[in-house]
Amino acid sequence: MTQKARQIGDTLLKVEGVSLSFGGIKALNDVSFEIREREILAIIGPNGAGKSSMLNVINGFYHPQEGTITYKGKTRKQMKPHAAAKTGIARTFQNIALFRGMSTLDNIMTGRLLKMRRNFLWQAIYWGPAKQEEMAHRASVEQIIDFLEIQSIRRTPVGRLPYGLQKRVELGRALAAEPDLLLLDEPMAGMNVEEKEDMCRFVLDLNDEFGTTIALIEHDMSVVMDISDRVVVLDYGRKIADGSPDQVRANKDVIDAYLGVGHD
Amino acid sequence: MNETQAAGAATLDTFPKLLAENARRRPGRPATREKDLGIWQTWTWGQVAEEVRALACGLAVLGLRPGDKIAIIGDNRPRLYWTMAAAQALGAVPVPLYQDSAAKEMAFVLDHAEVRFAMVEDQEQVDKLLGIQANDLRIEQIIYDNDRGLRHYDRDFLQSFEDVQAKGREHDRANPGFYEAGVANGKGDDTAIILYTSGTTGQPKGVVLNFDNLVRTARNSIDFDSLNENEDVLAYLPMAWVGDHLFSYGQSYVAGFCVSCPESSDTVLSDLRELGPTYFFAPPRIFENILTTVMIRMEDAGWIKRKMFQYFMAVAKRHGIRILDGKSVSIGGRLLYGLGGLLIYGPLLNTLGFSRLRVAYTAGEAIGPDIFDFYRALGVNLKQLYGSTEACVSITAQPDGEVLPDTVGRPSPEVEIKITEAGEVMFRSPGVFVEYYKNPEETANTKTEDGWVHTGDAGLFSENGHLKIIDRAKDVGKLTGGTLFAPKYIENKLKFFPEIKEAVAFGHDRDFCAVFLNIDLEAVGNWAERHHIAYASYQELAANPQIRQILKSHIEAVNRDLASDPNLAGSQIHRFLVLHKELDPDDGELTRNRKLRRNVVSEKYETLIDALYSDAERAHVETEVTFEDGRKGSIAADIDIVTAETFPGAEPLERAS
Repeated sequence: MTQKARQIGDTLLKVEGVSLSFGGIKALNDVSFEIREREILAIIGPNGAGKSSMLNVINGFYHPQEGTITYKGKTRKQMKPHAAAKTGIARTFQNIALFRGMSTLDNIMTGRLLKMRRNFLWQAIYWGPAKQEEMAHRASVEQIIDFLEIQSIRRTPVGRLPYGLQKRVELGRALAAEPDLLLLDEPMAGMNVEEKEDMCRFVLDLNDEFGTTIALIEHDMSVVMDISDRVVVLDYGRKIADGSPDQVRANKDVIDAYLGVGHD
Repeated sequence: MNETQAAGAATLDTFPKLLAENARRRPGRPATREKDLGIWQTWTWGQVAEEVRALACGLAVLGLRPGDKIAIIGDNRPRLYWTMAAAQALGAVPVPLYQDSAAKEMAFVLDHAEVRFAMVEDQEQVDKLLGIQANDLRIEQIIYDNDRGLRHYDRDFLQSFEDVQAKGREHDRANPGFYEAGVANGKGDDTAIILYTSGTTGQPKGVVLNFDNLVRTARNSIDFDSLNENEDVLAYLPMAWVGDHLFSYGQSYVAGFCVSCPESSDTVLSDLRELGPTYFFAPPRIFENILTTVMIRMEDAGWIKRKMFQYFMAVAKRHGIRILDGKSVSIGGRLLYGLGGLLIYGPLLNTLGFSRLRVAYTAGEAIGPDIFDFYRALGVNLKQLYGSTEACVSITAQPDGEVLPDTVGRPSPEVEIKITEAGEVMFRSPGVFVEYYKNPEETANTKTEDGWVHTGDAGLFSENGHLKIIDRAKDVGKLTGGTLFAPKYIENKLKFFPEIKEAVAFGHDRDFCAVFLNIDLEAVGNWAERHHIAYASYQELAANPQIRQILKSHIEAVNRDLASDPNLAGSQIHRFLVLHKELDPDDGELTRNRKLRRNVVSEKYETLIDALYSDAERAHVETEVTFEDGRKGSIAADIDIVTAETFPGAEPLERAS
């Protein structure tokens, strides 16, 4: 493997004392951690540990009852998903959420929506500025298609694609927003070894080439240990470990959580 | 154009010289196209000449000297083609490699050819070379086209294409006339290229071809089909294969036509459609795949479309081929065919990207007569040729108007052919290779002192002067009953059915003929989908009893066909099985060109062959498979053996038993 040349920078996002409960269930309990610029952070934990909830809190879909989130220096208690998207947070989903009847190209184009400046009227006229704009967006979408090596499915309706490729298209749509922070919810779930390796390569490459900060949830430990700079471990809504892959691997609490020592 | 060709022929004897000539005569005409980021980019002859010049000078700065070998590894990319010309301008020798070959195969060629430089497409190939490099190889410089993922490799022997060209431009400014002197130095009998044949047996052999071989063969074949600078060609077959070298490089430089590179190897069919080539070469497999896709899509179409398609295809089979061959056809037939052209053939050809096609060739393996007729009936001037790397492709080709599905045509211009007493085809031509690189023994075995070359193919001339290739000379066998057994003939018949991707026939020195089948995942998968049959893997689908029944009916159709031929009635297929895995080049069962390696298959599946020739109804097998990343695993399966019905035919020979 190559030596990583990129520099991990300052804190991009800081989660402090976040608690989230649904009725009596505490999904997150006083969780604090930070994501630094240009790093790949993995959030792991057994089923129901609160990983997806954590991502949903970060991109504003859930509103935590306690705690604050500081993103790009701005502290806030609540955020709306569209506001998160505007400030450069993009995500993919555990269950693929694409427009199944639309082509790969169109699906990725939807990721550019927030970047489109012309209003509805201009777009209806089509010729002139709207067309210019569309061409510029198309060009950047083509860069993504090239990056993800999905030229051959450019015109294929996504519903007809195999699962692994759909995941790739979803990543493409998230990338189209040119995010500063990319949240990936189980990007490799349900993939075979080859697809996983491809996906790892894309994650590493985009982190490397575009300097995108990535927070990902993943169950495959070998993937996590290989590609992440830092790992945060959640269990029953609490953070039980935070550190480099090697530190986390040796952490007794983590081993217990995975091997199932009783909680009392 | 012909008179200038004749006048220039004396001096335009190398590709760098031809490039300079093209840049002078048609500087603004397109020479190379590539689809990049969804848009076709074009380079004119003038621009290509500049690119090649800068690259050649850059390579010289890096230390590429006359006689050095430079490996070229990757998909068909403009820059890799330019590398050939740039190396040749310096008197160095390009050695293109099959880009999907495993590191071990690659290492053999790199070592054998004493490669010092390598021009590769991307990170994948760089990694492969670095892996090989570890086992002390002598590659001194690796240059890459696409820098994706390579930014941090930071080794002093790794250079990007752009950097090399930048160095070259500087050198060119400082040493004007350096490039011209290098080009002028080249002579017709210099080595132009070394092409390693994938080899169905043994280690690959490096076929050394000089400029005279290639330029003369290119000139002859251009005249034969009256090609000109207006042709459009899609370069998508491996650059290491002689056919691609002749069609996408040799002929393009001689005739001055434009070669287009697809966006990626997965997009070839859609790029083909956008481009609409006028001159197209494809191995039978591609024509087969296209036909299979058409048939599948027709089966999915509404019944009106389906009926129209069936009706007009029947019309096309009756009249289309005769019209294409310029034979007489009734007015009614012509009208009906014209109507079919409006309703079916025209739109279909457009969908396939064949609308502008003037000449199409196929070669490499025998093409099923039905596949061949399908395209010709549609009005595609599909012809067969017969060639080999040792001949710079051309041995025979079918002239327009004399196209028969079961022959490979007349000897190409300036080619002499004779058939030995043993039935083997031999040829002599200006394209005959110089030698096998560093292998005088094999050279002597293949090429006689007066220039005749053994092909290893069994063939005969039919009464109309066309050559007919039956099979590899060593593969044609006999059943114990004495009936002629031509395995490829039977396999090709089977492979016409869309459900069958690959077939392997056994029968030499056996009592009867038996076959292995590979299902075509696309066709059978589509069928399964329509019949709501769920399957999780190739293996599961291959073992489906309903599919076995379909295959059985196909086998019986072939048997009926064989029964009608007195010479072959005895080689009807008695038993067959469906293999649990696809035959794959990674497992050594097919060559990189996807030709069957009979010996490997019969060794590897010995237990299954034994079962075919026993009374067993089931056989257990365990096979090793190689995954794409090189790791190995194994697949075990129980395979059902099916006995097919055979038909009484006029058997010419009495069975001994």
